[in-house]
This record gives sequence, structure tokens and C-alpha cells, in this order.
Amino acid sequence: MVPDHTRTPAGTVSRLRSALSLREAPVLGALLVTLVCAAMFVDNFATERNTGFLLLSVAAIALMALPMTLIVITGEIDLSVASTLALSSATMGVLWEAGVPIETALWICLAVGLAVGALNGVLVTLCGLPSLAVTIGTMALYRGLAYVLLGDRAVASYPQTWVSGVRDTVPGVPGLPWTVLAIALLAVLFAVLLHASVLGRSLYDIGNNAEAARFAGVRVRWTKFWLFAASGLVSAGAGVLWTLQYGTSRADTAFGLELQVVAAVLLGGVSIFGGVGTVVGVMAGVLLLGSLRNALQLLGISSDVLQVVTGLILIASVVAPSAAARLRARRKAPGPRPAPDPDDRNRPVAAPSGEES
Amino acid sequence: MPEQQPPAPPPLALDGVSKSFGSVRALRGLSLELRAGEIHALVGENGAGKSTLVKTIAGVHRPDSGQILVDGETTAFQAPADAQRAGIAVIHQEPTLFPDLSVAENIFVGRQPRTRLRTIDRALMRRRTAEAFARLGVETDPDRPARGLSIADQQLVEIAKALTRRARVLVMDEPTAALSGVEAERLFRVARSLRDSGTALLFISHRFDEVFALCDRITVVRDGAFVSCDPTPELDVDTVVRRMVGREVSSLYPKEEAQVGETVLEVEGLTRRGVFTDVSFSVRAGEIVALAGLVGAGRSEVVRAAFGVDRHDTGTVRVLGRELPNGRPRAAMAAGAALVPEDRRLQGLVMESSIERNSTATRRGPLSRLGLLRPRAERDAAREWGERLQLKYGDTTDPVSTLSGGNQQKVVLAKWLSTRPRLLFIDEPTRGIDVGTKAEVHRLLSRLAGEGLAIVMVSSELPEVLAMADRVLVMHEGRITAELDRDAATEETVMYAATGQQPRSAA
Repeated sequence: MVPDHTRTPAGTVSRLRSALSLREAPVLGALLVTLVCAAMFVDNFATERNTGFLLLSVAAIALMALPMTLIVITGEIDLSVASTLALSSATMGVLWEAGVPIETALWICLAVGLAVGALNGVLVTLCGLPSLAVTIGTMALYRGLAYVLLGDRAVASYPQTWVSGVRDTVPGVPGLPWTVLAIALLAVLFAVLLHASVLGRSLYDIGNNAEAARFAGVRVRWTKFWLFAASGLVSAGAGVLWTLQYGTSRADTAFGLELQVVAAVLLGGVSIFGGVGTVVGVMAGVLLLGSLRNALQLLGISSDVLQVVTGLILIASVVAPSAAARLRARRKAPGPRPAPDPDDRNRPVAAPSGEES
Repeated sequence: MPEQQPPAPPPLALDGVSKSFGSVRALRGLSLELRAGEIHALVGENGAGKSTLVKTIAGVHRPDSGQILVDGETTAFQAPADAQRAGIAVIHQEPTLFPDLSVAENIFVGRQPRTRLRTIDRALMRRRTAEAFARLGVETDPDRPARGLSIADQQLVEIAKALTRRARVLVMDEPTAALSGVEAERLFRVARSLRDSGTALLFISHRFDEVFALCDRITVVRDGAFVSCDPTPELDVDTVVRRMVGREVSSLYPKEEAQVGETVLEVEGLTRRGVFTDVSFSVRAGEIVALAGLVGAGRSEVVRAAFGVDRHDTGTVRVLGRELPNGRPRAAMAAGAALVPEDRRLQGLVMESSIERNSTATRRGPLSRLGLLRPRAERDAAREWGERLQLKYGDTTDPVSTLSGGNQQKVVLAKWLSTRPRLLFIDEPTRGIDVGTKAEVHRLLSRLAGEGLAIVMVSSELPEVLAMADRVLVMHEGRITAELDRDAATEETVMYAATGQQPRSAA
């Protein structure tokens, strides 16, 4: 009757192994291989200048991937992130043209992001609409609002101190822009939130079985609402970063970037069906996509091909886990059980003193 | 068993069929023979393996061992289509028709007759539907959409489908559970006329009056194994019940006397429109109050609304004198309530998640520090409750899906009992778990009541209700129709209240 839970002397090792579970191993491996190969075979890849450029080029994607990770884990999706980024950027442009200082404009942009994210949240949770449909709609809506604000003009008169300030590296660490360091710290925060907090644990429950989570007292709709609001807020922050990073505001900025964000999240081992995923995996996915693109660009390969490569990687990342699961299931499939004793029929019922199985 | 060799081999027979799901042995060497022109009853407790048997006959499950014989020939059904081709039709308790297709289209779905131009021959479809309905004595328009048909009519559409397929074996899985008396009578007329035209029928029900009035032979199963098969005239209800349960009912459930204390739960005038109406009751510390009734009477819904998982329209719920806000499970938990839900796979557990994560899901707050979880505390808590409930498991990090049904139920119990509730709602406490664990759960509930827990138990198993409950509230169509004390509650009084009937002499 004593439960057999004493076999944990090698517990730390097995726990470490399960922490880097099969789902994240491929993307981490692929990232490592890509970095090593690119450093060896691609000229100018492993330079300070390129490292800083590479990291900054994925900064906005990394930023938006953080709340996206949480949202996809709960079984939802937010496709309006790139449009929110553009709306935030356009808001910044209009405010700057109107003479609002950047320090003030920045907060207004974030507020706009929080508001449009909250609208997504309301539509998904209160109206009970599928997030895929809602955010395809708001993707068009927010992009449209950006056009309303800026038309096809561009605002490019941002002060040089801000524009170059974003690109400044951390003192003493060449090749590491301070913005990237800030994003990395934010990623750590998200990782703690997701993997070590009460809220994070409930996100997995929602994604795996929202009904059971509800029965256990998890506020499913409340949680999802705030995730969408957070996604809007962070995307707006990415919009501010993007604007200063490139020194321009345009309504068509970051067009289609949401697909790269989703691709990085799925590539990082988050299940599109919800309930599975880690921040480490997603950050590796972001870096893998970014460094692949960067390396191919350095090799002079056209952007059309880059698009194709991104698409293929996305498909592979979705197919691979389910194919692996199927393989595993086949390997584990039990053989036919031995035929029962024919005299088993009138077997007396077991005494209720214990359980046999 | 063979008394007289029938002239032709039976259209369907099972010989020593076994089927396991993980460590749960759903069928153990079960044998069954359905004869043409006979209505055969299959009775057994919930979880005795009836559903698995039906699914095996329907080709959904493949037996691990044993044989299925069609007309005396060994057959292996790879898929439901094979069973259909062999002339087997299954009528489920709640048929699933396509609501937007017409009745005739539903009957011929997937096998629509074609005209010479390879288009669908609607006229022929309609005509053959009308023929089948005429044979069944049904007056439903073949052209009307299936949406809005009553469950009884939907079942008849399914039977008509079976007729047009020339099914020779008709399996009816608790067909009357959701029917009114008149509807059930009509179904029985149809069943008898099918029998008289040579169809073999398998009738599954736990309503004994129906079984005895309708069926020619009765097979009893228990724990997935064959117990007996006799012609109906040689049996009576008591014998069948004894065989189903396998021992005297009174010795089954050890309900101890408990000191009844203060009032813990007061429900007043609770109504959710279209689901339940004006439900009022109270439960005191140390009491076990059972909500009995047929499936669909609204028992689970009342419990869910009281706990706040569903909202209610009017009425109040008070726990220890504190009124609970509508639709807020967290508030109910804070007030000392716990709910072990009806469906542990869908509502009770996150199947992909580990034992420790599931069993601590209700008190992550208390187990965390500064909002951060402490894995060690979670593991220790899971082990402590695993030991207390004699949970059989490998490691607390194993997913709960690897456990047997009984052990999964123990994880759900751990999840809720570890919150130290004052009030426990428990919905179908022993559904689909093995006999040994069942007794453990009953002993546990009895002990908890003895320690002063107020328990509201929803159960479809009458013996469980009668043995465990201090009081029985019987629901019928969303209302409480009877409140019976332990002494007044018998199988008959509960059944009459549950079916909304007055006691009458046996038909």
C-alpha cells in the first residue's frame, strides 16, 4: 500500500532533463547549429557590429513574442500585434508633429496600446468570440486607424539623441544594445511569471482544460482579458522602440510582422493548441529566425527567399511536435493483452479492503 | 447455457470478449447471444461495462481478446462502418442528428440514393423515409429539419435509419432515460413490432419496470463480467439487483452515525430558467444529503449553480450564514465550499498535467510565497494527500492521465479535501471506478461527515444514495419533488418521485 515514490535519488538530473523537455531541445539545438555554422561560414556574421544589428532587428519581435507566448499557452492568439505596433508608431508621429515631447508621447502611445489590447480582451472574453476571428478583425482595424492618423505620410524628424540613444550599447559590453538588455530582463520577468507564479500555472490549466480550471476557481475570462491588454501594451512599447530605432513613423510599418511573432512562438515549442510552452524556447525561436534571416541576408540572398524560408520553418515547427508525438505513441503502443481465464466469468467480486489493478 | 439449439445461428453473439483501458478492465471475458425475434435486456450498475460493450458491438472499440460472431461467423469490426454493414444499429440515449439537414437527409446521410445523372434522388429518399415511418407508426414529415425534434423523435429517426439499412440487430443504450412515459410507451410499441418481424434487440436500461415489461431475457453484468442470463419470467427485481450488486445492499456502504451540527448550507428559491426551478434545501454539519433523480433532472446543475460555476437567475445560496455572490467559485471556496465535479476528465482534472499540479490546483495561493510557487511544498502536499487517500502512483510528476479511474478520482478528492472545506458538493462520487475504490470513497465520505463536514452528494446509483444519505432530495424535471428521510427512502419511493409518478400497482 505504500506508494512507490521513493525512486528520486537521481531526481535532480531527471528534473533537469524534463525541464529541457523534448519540445525545446530541437529549437535550442537548431539555434546553436545555426550560430556556429553562420559564425564559421558567413563573413561578417560574428562581428560586434552585426551582433548588435542582429539583436536589435529581433528586439520588437522578441518583445511582442512574450505576451504572445502566454496568450497561445491559454489556447488563444493575438494577430493584431503588428497593427498595434503601427498604431502606436503613428500615434507617436502625430504627437511629435504636434509638438508633444517624446517623454510625454511615449506614455500616450502605451495607453493607446493598453486600450486597443483591452478592446481585444473584451471582444474575446465578454462577447465570447474566437480570438482568431477577433484579432484578424482588429488587425485590419488598428492598421486602418494608423492610416487615418498618418495617411501615407512618414514622420521622420525625430531628434537624433533619441534615435541613436536606442542603439547605444551597454557600457563595457560591445555588441549588446541596452534596449536588448532591457528586453532580456523583461523576458526573465515573463519567465518567472509563467513558470513560477500562481498566475502562470493557471495559464497552463486554462490552455489544457479551461473547464477544469474554472471548476478549480481560476478566473478564466478575467485572466484572458488581462493577457490581451498586456499584449496591446507591450506591442505599443514595441511600436515606440521601432519608431525610434528606425527614426520614422509610417502607417504601413511592420506590415505582416505578426506572422513572424507567431512563427517564433510556435518554433519555440509552444503548442498552437495551448497548454504547452516555455519562455526559453520562444526566445530561442526568436533568435533562430532572426539569425537565419541575418545570415541569409549577409550571404546576399533575396528577401523573397527569406519569406519562403520563414514559411517553411513555421510549418516544420507545427508539424514536428505532432509527428514526434505520433512516433512516440506508436513506439509505446501496447501489444494485445493475454486472453483472460475463461473461468473468470463468475469470479467473486473483490472484497472492498483494497484495490487491485 | 444452451438449452435448445436454435435453428439458425444467432445474428450476433459475443464470446469471451475482454477489453481494457490502461489498468481498467472494462470487459472481462463477456459472452452474450442476441437471438432473432427477441428483446434482450442488459442490466448492470453504472460502470459495469455496458457502454464499453455497446461500443464494442458498434465497432468503436476492438476487443483485446474474444470473438464477435455475426450469424455464427467470427468477424472483426475495424470501424463502425463494418458493424453497420453487418446489420447492427445502435440507438443512443441522445442521438446526434445534423440539425440543419431534413429528417430524410439525416436518414440517408453518407449513402444517399442517386438518380441516373448521379445527383441525389430526393424523391426516393423521401419515399423510403415515409415507408419506414409508416412501419414505425410515426407521423413525422420527412422534409422537416431535424432541429427542434424531441429526443424521442430523434431516436425514432435513428430507428428509421436502421430500418432503411435493413438492420437485423438493434442496440438501444438507455433509450428511455430522457423520455416521458408516453414517449417511452411509443418506443416500446416500436420495439415489440420490430421483434415480431424478426429483429434482435438489445435493450439497456436501469429501469426495472421497463426491463421486466418489455424484455424476453435478462443478462446481468458486473464489473465487466457476465453474471447471469435467464428468461424474464424466471426472475424478479430483487434477484436481479442482488446479482448486479454482488452482495447484500445493506453491507455495501458503511455509513456511520454522525453528530449533526449547525446549518452549513442554505439554498433558497434557486432558479435557473429552463434548467431548475425554485430549489430550496439546507444541509447541516455531519449530514450527507443526496440529490437523486434521473439523468437530466437538473441535479448537477443545481450543485454547479450553488458553487458558482454556473450563474443562477434568482434565489440565494448561504454558506455558514454568508450569502455567496452569483457565479463566483472563488467566493464559494473562500466561504469553505468544495465541488468534486461530475466529469473528472473534463471538469475535475487537467489530464495532461501532473499529479502534484492537479492535487494542489485549489490552493496554490497558500502553498506559494510572495506569489512564487514552491515546488517542494507542492510535492510534499501532493505526497501527503496521496498517502492519506492511499493513492497508487509512480511519481508525483507523472501526468494524471496515467492513473486508473479510481486513482484519478482520488486526485480530485485530494484537490478539494486539501482545502479543508466545511461543505462538500460531490457529484457522482464513484462513477466509473472499480468496486474496491468505490468502497474506499464511501468510507471516506462517511468518515468526513463524522468529522463534521456537510456533504451534498449527487448520485445516479440508487444503492449508493440509499446507503449513504441521511436525507434524500429527489428531483424531477428541475424541481425537488420529494424530501425523504433515511427511513422513508427506498428504491421505490425515490424512483416514483424521480419519474414524477404516483405509486401504482405493477403493470
